[in-house]
Amino acid sequence: MHGLVNRSIQLFVSHTYGVAQWEAVTRAAGLDFTEFEGMLRYERTYTPTLLDAAAEVLRRPRADLMEDLGSFLVCHPGFEAVRRLLRFGGVDFVDFLHSLDDLDDRVRMALSDLRLPKLELRVHGEGHFSLLCEAQVTGYGYVMMGVLRAMADDYGALALLDHTGAASGVETLSITLIENDFAEGRSFELGACVG
Amino acid sequence: MTVIANTAALDALCPMHLTLSRTGHITHAGPTLEKIGPKGTLVGRRFLEIFEVKRPRKLSSITDLQGVPQNQLRLKLREAPFTTLKGILVPTGAEDGTLLVNLSFGISILDAVRDFALTNADFAATDLAIEMLYLVEAKTAAMEASYRLNCRLQGAKIAAEEQAFTDTLTGLKNRRALDTVLNRLLRDRDSFAVMQIDLDYFKTVNDTLGHAAGDYVLQHAARIMIEQTRSHDLVARVGGDEFTVVLPNVRSDDILRKVGQRIIERLEEPISFEGSDCKISASIGTVWIQPGQSPRMDELLSDADVALYASKHAGRATQTLYSPELRDAANAVVPPTEGRVAPAQPA
Repeated sequence: MHGLVNRSIQLFVSHTYGVAQWEAVTRAAGLDFTEFEGMLRYERTYTPTLLDAAAEVLRRPRADLMEDLGSFLVCHPGFEAVRRLLRFGGVDFVDFLHSLDDLDDRVRMALSDLRLPKLELRVHGEGHFSLLCEAQVTGYGYVMMGVLRAMADDYGALALLDHTGAASGVETLSITLIENDFAEGRSFELGACVG
Repeated sequence: MTVIANTAALDALCPMHLTLSRTGHITHAGPTLEKIGPKGTLVGRRFLEIFEVKRPRKLSSITDLQGVPQNQLRLKLREAPFTTLKGILVPTGAEDGTLLVNLSFGISILDAVRDFALTNADFAATDLAIEMLYLVEAKTAAMEASYRLNCRLQGAKIAAEEQAFTDTLTGLKNRRALDTVLNRLLRDRDSFAVMQIDLDYFKTVNDTLGHAAGDYVLQHAARIMIEQTRSHDLVARVGGDEFTVVLPNVRSDDILRKVGQRIIERLEEPISFEGSDCKISASIGTVWIQPGQSPRMDELLSDADVALYASKHAGRATQTLYSPELRDAANAVVPPTEGRVAPAQPA
């Protein structure tokens, strides 16, 4: 698994719950180190083991933790790059939802060895969508739910999100858009980061 | 005769297009170009008054432009921020001689989006500009992360090397570091001196007061050697109570005598450890390599040993400078009988 995935979990736990808790998580996961490098690769098994260990140590349902992780990735100032790269997807929230089909390809264009699970948006009618998330790691749908929640805020959209379960490795989210232009979103300038 | 589709369609397809009259006046500008032009609308201005043609070079009038249909143009805004643009110019085929120009930022896209605060909506959906910006930003972030990782690895490598060259008890350099430095000095044929220092009576301290006292004495001795040498001299612990000091750029044997003498004097001051006084001294054998001499490493170390044993035979607490006569004497198995400090090697 790409180091960025485990590194994200590390930063999420240590920023939200403290470094001591993160160290407890790595011990519970049976690791003899505490620092993940974003630019190195790790065995596939680390990620689910870490998530289970975090749920156990922090005494929170794993699904809740994964949803918080998704929001953290978008909202935390240290991950401004993630928010910005997601915002490149579209000019408003609906546009952004449609860009999710390409998210894995976009990510692969930036980091050829970072494989994100495939996403597929289905439109069911005015303001009603569902997002199908292929989940190699169980609960990926919850991470996406956190990401979507935070991105809706970022765009200033009002949306209801629900995880409607999993079947044969695909988790489904239902998205109901109440208002695409509900509040003033955070600003996004195309050229803000470009040197 | 082909007629250009309505301007609304062109604005959507090519938001950076212009139409020019036969006289070179702008008759219409796409919405994105209107954003980057000088204040007020571009319509009615002369094309060449807004843009400087960088290539093809010889073009200076609209008549010239009429003559090069479909040519690749390189343009530059005549006003700040002097953005460069790529363009293509084609005649519309209309009888009034209308020209159609489509522009793009090309490589200046990064500056342009910032200078003109452009958004996704300023580019046609088919334009790869947004993907390009995305890619630049994503790659920059990834490169930055890789760079930070490289820095950390570099730091870890330096620390590991440092550790590999350090004697953990005293913090002095170890034999491996000594070999590295000596090899370099010998290879470069530099002038330098090597002092082989053996602590005298150290075994007694160890045997009577224990290893803790012994360790303490070694650390104390290490401190003294560091204090009595220059910062660019190398002090290494090469065995239990054996030390080697390498002194580059020594100007005279007199300096060596003084340094050795000071080290011996300082080491002879009793060292207090948990209420007991530890008394040691030192024997030193010194070799001075002068410019142009190029002994082999084993010869150098053997010379230093000969000098060191001369000091031991002379009753310890002594420094001896190596000279070939010492070796002759040693070979004859007769300890040197001369004074405590042997004569310097002739230059």
